[in-house]
Amino acid sequence: MRHMLNPLDFSVEEIDRLLSLASDIEHNLPKYAHVCDGKKLATLFYEPSTRTRLSFESAMLSLGGSVLGFSSADSSSAAKGESVSDTIRTISCYADIAAMRHPKEGSALVASQASSIPVINAGDGGHQHPTQTLTDLMTIRSLNGKLNNMTIGLCGDLKFGRTVHSLINAMVRYPDIRFVLIAPDELRIPSYIREDVLKANKVEFKEVNNLDEAMPELDILYMTRVQKERFFNEEDYIRLKDCYILDKKKMKLARENMYVLHPLPRVNEISTEVDSDPRAAYFKQVQYGVYVRMALIMTLLEVEKPC
Amino acid sequence: MLNISGLNEGIVLDHIEAGKSLDIYYHLGLDKLECQVAIIKNARSSKMGRKDIIKIEGGLDKLDLQMLGYIDHNITVNIIQDNKIVEKKTLKLPKKITNVIKCKNPRCITSIEQELPHVFYLADERTETYRCMYCEEKYGK
Repeated sequence: MRHMLNPLDFSVEEIDRLLSLASDIEHNLPKYAHVCDGKKLATLFYEPSTRTRLSFESAMLSLGGSVLGFSSADSSSAAKGESVSDTIRTISCYADIAAMRHPKEGSALVASQASSIPVINAGDGGHQHPTQTLTDLMTIRSLNGKLNNMTIGLCGDLKFGRTVHSLINAMVRYPDIRFVLIAPDELRIPSYIREDVLKANKVEFKEVNNLDEAMPELDILYMTRVQKERFFNEEDYIRLKDCYILDKKKMKLARENMYVLHPLPRVNEISTEVDSDPRAAYFKQVQYGVYVRMALIMTLLEVEKPC
Repeated sequence: MLNISGLNEGIVLDHIEAGKSLDIYYHLGLDKLECQVAIIKNARSSKMGRKDIIKIEGGLDKLDLQMLGYIDHNITVNIIQDNKIVEKKTLKLPKKITNVIKCKNPRCITSIEQELPHVFYLADERTETYRCMYCEEKYGK
């Protein structure tokens, strides 16, 4: 039995197989409509999430399975003091697979150790969010046709943005990847990512402040939101939140085949006028998120690919 | 020169960094043992200049080598039988340590689930870096 706790738990070959399955699902959706008939997904969401929970539910329903679960800690036995281990032991009797989001880091690992069904980490605090990373990989692969030899610009909050850290960790495993890290000095990439991941893997990267100058060389621009909840000081947040706003003028500097990704939700870092640009891929990314979760559920449940 | 009587059967922890023996005494829970324990501080050493030594009467079962390896893997553990050193154990940084140190990350699951064991793994031998198994937060010695 496998779990999905960290995107690096899967080898590059396993990720490739998963993304190929997701791609086949995208192009042959009706074929997969009943592959999980009779199977149940439990969504254990100890903190609110619209996108991720609904994406998982949509994925399981599209496979013919059903879903059950809770969407806040208040409506679970956690409010009575039940441990994560006891909850997952109980849920293992009700469902075939579980997707769990919890505010504490490492909670998904604790669940997996006590579980008799596969556990998918749907976000454990600021630690890991593997299905977002898989979504990002699928989006890049679908739009660019490859996961190697490209320049990826990461822009905004590179200090606290876990999706950015996770994406860097996943992308350094592919050849000829270059990063342009675009952030204000206060929100630069943490040193452990710079030293232990980028430099340790001999990956070409540069750190810049100016988005305009970086635009022409990018194949992918991954925008992030400056998250209010990460700041102790309101003044710092206000000063930094409007650092980078992607608009039509900036898009003119980019290549014709560059794509803009964003893990969403956005606030104002991508102007709505960019939405109609064919290179704006962030809503496609949401759709890819469903396909990749369908592929992941099938893989972890060891469901055979239909003919 | 101070003279401490020999050990018929027991363990000698040698090459302890001078001044660290009392820390080790408490970390290993030697204060809770009924047997004889001798602490020698600032003993002369050709290798270290000064060193501390701890002599413990009895068997190796009294000693948590995992904890000792984590505290200082340069310590030599001498096993004594019939007044002779029968074995010299060199310590290594343990790959994994359980309930030796506690995760201090307030966002870690161990901060709210008290019954979970605190497990750390050796992430980088060169820098002696340990990380929490759950949240991967680095533990500073």
